[in-house]
Amino acid sequence: MFDFSVVTTWIDEGLRRIMPEAGAIAVECVIIGVLLLAVYAVFALVLILAERKVCAAFQCRLGPNRVGPWGLIQTVADMLKIITKEIISIRHVDRFLHNLAPFLVIIASLLAFACIPFAKGLQILDFNVGILFMIAASSIGIVGILLAGWSSNNKFSLIGAMRSGAQMISYELSIGLSILTMVVLAGTMQISRLVEAQGDLWFIFKGHIPACIAFIVYLIAGTAETNRGPFDLPEAESELTAGYHTEYSGMHFGFYYVAEFVNMFIVAAIATTVFLGGWMPLHIPGLDGFNRIMDYIPSLFWFLGKSALMVFVIMWFKWTFPRLRIDQLIHLEWKYLLPLNLVNLIAMVVIVALGWHF
Amino acid sequence: MTNLLLLLVVLLTAVALVCAGWGFGVWLSPRSYNPLKEEAYECGVPTRGRSWMQFRAGYYLFALLFLMFDVEAVFLFPWAVIAKEMGMAALYTVLFFLVVLTLGLAYAWKKGALEWK
Repeated sequence: MFDFSVVTTWIDEGLRRIMPEAGAIAVECVIIGVLLLAVYAVFALVLILAERKVCAAFQCRLGPNRVGPWGLIQTVADMLKIITKEIISIRHVDRFLHNLAPFLVIIASLLAFACIPFAKGLQILDFNVGILFMIAASSIGIVGILLAGWSSNNKFSLIGAMRSGAQMISYELSIGLSILTMVVLAGTMQISRLVEAQGDLWFIFKGHIPACIAFIVYLIAGTAETNRGPFDLPEAESELTAGYHTEYSGMHFGFYYVAEFVNMFIVAAIATTVFLGGWMPLHIPGLDGFNRIMDYIPSLFWFLGKSALMVFVIMWFKWTFPRLRIDQLIHLEWKYLLPLNLVNLIAMVVIVALGWHF
Repeated sequence: MTNLLLLLVVLLTAVALVCAGWGFGVWLSPRSYNPLKEEAYECGVPTRGRSWMQFRAGYYLFALLFLMFDVEAVFLFPWAVIAKEMGMAALYTVLFFLVVLTLGLAYAWKKGALEWK
């Protein structure tokens, strides 16, 4: 496995040799910031294109195919266009909160994005409470959405934001509890150690039945958390025009759009990290030759491949299931997923305590 | 580099991203003034009344329930980290806590707080 910390320490030592320590740290901060921005933007563009292509494939269409080969730079063109659109200021909005809301949404999404372990040593934030921090950071986004809906002074926005708030806080419980179940199995919350603990076998196989249940619950809750798929009633376009971002225009709207797509990737990345082994290759205990061959595939490919698969599954949900009603949505969480989660947690503790896991 | 410094870098990056996007938007986009454009969007008819009003209490109930369970999850995370070392004792120590919480959920269910009215 190639360790990316070799590259980072090499850059660090090189910088320290040519300048004082404070200067080296400052340059590194700038490098990290610029790289983070670039990767974030590229991910958003690729995901939007992927969504349109996958949607087209499900509906037997071609999707974007004019700009660039196979329509590959369609979203770049879209982004350039959205920047040149006027940001309309509405008379009745609460201007301060209206402008503050996109900041919160982007901060939440970028903070969670910085915690993702893309490959061995390729991770920006690695706290010892990593996974809890990731959930906590991504839930700041709810505040941004509620602010957006409330400050817009528009009935559509208000209803959209309230629905979104109720949905996101409800499903956040399931996300927290299903990850808690896996933390019981792993015995750590630090993301890098979480991944390394899956070196011999991924957690979804290690924890067998409770892990599989937690995985399914996490997928459902994660889809709901991103306001996507069958759970997109906060922005149900036939009832609410655009939900909480009705009154946003131009690049102001673009932030919500970008954050929504990157959040989908973050959900897929957490699923990959916690359940599917992160950047760890597929290892089967006992088959040494097979494991050796799998080790030759770089860890970055493993992570991106598994995340892409999860993103595809989340997109698949959207084009397969019809939209839920709000009462069905609330009942699904509070009457099915939450009790299931509590029972599952106890089952996992019993299995871990008795050593019945692999 | 310490994690907190990195956290600060990520935060500043996020703020810079929004400021840059917004700044470019304002700089590059055309401007035109029209009183109708500043109205709230409501499919052509003027909005009746303000939207800053009291809203249905159903959402409030779920926010309360959420608060209860989310605080519970925060309490459970430190326990989950050492549950593996503690073995069966981990279950006994936290079972009472979980039962009380589940009773809370059962009470809310029985009272009809989970019904969307």
